Amino acid sequence: MSLSKSITRSLSRARWLSPLALLLLWEAGSRSGIIPARTLAAPSTVIETLWQMVVSGELPSNLLVSAGRVLLGLAIGVSSGIILGLVSGLSRQGEVAIDPLMQIKRTIPVVALTPLFIVWFGIGEVPKIALIAFATVFPVYLNLYSGIRGVDVRLVDAARSFGLSRLEQIWHVVLPGALPSLLVGLRYALSISIILLVIAEQINASAGLGYLINNARDFMRTDIIVVCLLVYAVLGLLADGAVRALEAGALSWRPALVEQ
Amino acid sequence: MNAFVSALGVAGFGFGLARPLFRTEDIPQAAFTGSAGTQPVVRLRNFTRRFGDNDIIKDLSLDIAPGEFVSLLGRSGSGKTTLLRTLAGIDQLHADIAGQEIRIPPTRAVVFQDARLLPWKRVWRNVALGLKGLDIRSRAETALREVGLDHRLEAWPLTLSGGEAQRTALARALVRDPQLLLMDEPFAALDALTRLRVHDLVLRLWSVHRPAVMLVTHDVDEAIALSDRILVLDQGRIVAEERIDTPRGQRLALTADLREKLLSFLGTGRIGDDADIAEVFADKPNIPFSPDEDFRA
Repeated sequence: MSLSKSITRSLSRARWLSPLALLLLWEAGSRSGIIPARTLAAPSTVIETLWQMVVSGELPSNLLVSAGRVLLGLAIGVSSGIILGLVSGLSRQGEVAIDPLMQIKRTIPVVALTPLFIVWFGIGEVPKIALIAFATVFPVYLNLYSGIRGVDVRLVDAARSFGLSRLEQIWHVVLPGALPSLLVGLRYALSISIILLVIAEQINASAGLGYLINNARDFMRTDIIVVCLLVYAVLGLLADGAVRALEAGALSWRPALVEQ
Repeated sequence: MNAFVSALGVAGFGFGLARPLFRTEDIPQAAFTGSAGTQPVVRLRNFTRRFGDNDIIKDLSLDIAPGEFVSLLGRSGSGKTTLLRTLAGIDQLHADIAGQEIRIPPTRAVVFQDARLLPWKRVWRNVALGLKGLDIRSRAETALREVGLDHRLEAWPLTLSGGEAQRTALARALVRDPQLLLMDEPFAALDALTRLRVHDLVLRLWSVHRPAVMLVTHDVDEAIALSDRILVLDQGRIVAEERIDTPRGQRLALTADLREKLLSFLGTGRIGDDADIAEVFADKPNIPFSPDEDFRA
């Protein structure tokens, strides 16, 4: 009696139950022919396809191409965002020069720039990386800038009263104080970079996850499309996990993390 | 000359002061010889400070002798904090006012009301902030031992209690061997028992290191218990000055009269039967410090 009771209780709290039920329903629908394979492949088929693509090397090689695009785009975008945020946050002249441009840039949806980028950079790798870079500048810039401006002036005062030079004040007080904001910006930038990767790879890709999806669409291989969607999701999770790990290391002084 | 200096040094130890745990060579010799006939560490003449059209401090003159413990009382808006920021060297000084003379010692340290520790630096790194040299860790350790926090060296500041944070701030100030120690209501945020203990600690550290101290406070009893001299600041001028020669610890007797006297200057006497309560509590609004002066160029 009490055993069945405790099982019902733990089942009623199991968050994995409803996704699993959906998955089983999907599988049953596919097997019974209610969901045709050309509409959506069965979960079991998807797993089988995933395994084949991994073994054949098709998925790893294309994933590598996509990951390269994201990392290069992020590297350019994030470092530009950090430089612009520092200049704008730390000096008045920098703010006057840079901030209006960044605010104008913010109002233009980056995706809408795709045609222009194709005209400028062709249909090779450059426009794809440029799109990712361009989209990730702003979240990094804005968060670093507001982080620097939000640093507690009383702490800066205290540092000044102990005779720290302006450079030392920035190094010991302003930058560590702005770091939490910068990491928030980085997290935004990472999730945006995955979205932009999907969009950018629709531009005539000859390799990469987008290329796989486009090919699969032409042959109505819904199983391959679902595999690629899974990979995109995993990429997003990995990116978020990376920033979380970075935060846990860099912000270990924060009380929420200290208590754990 | 050398013989003279070393003789002074010997005389210093002859006074029977506890041996300082800090480097002794930087402690001003004058601190051991008493205040009479020595150069003051702080000298202000006709000091005026204004923001916009408001004179926050007007024609103020003040000397502080080496090793002297001065308390500064005043209502909010009386100019206390402005004076403290000037002595701390936080505010830019305007040298263009005629007849004004400002002399502050090169080594100063401030203990603020809110300890103002950098939350992202461990306790000992906060104490060592801005120190130069190879032995900064051991200097920080020594200072923290003096305030009884040698077991908290590696703690994060946000895990400290209020009293611990304030003692860390005290260690951070004293590790610099300041000629002038400025304290801006450092005990205001502490509970009453902790405050009494920190009072004792401050007096002990002061008697070991002998910096000149300026303590800004609202608390008349605290000022009487701790200081050699009490100043009352009102509307940017010094309106009262009391020197206390009674040894610390024997001051309870003189408290009552002096207390009433000082409180009368602060406009906080008893509320009379026919008093206008709003008038009794009327304080001037705080004038914000020049908001343009932050870390940016």
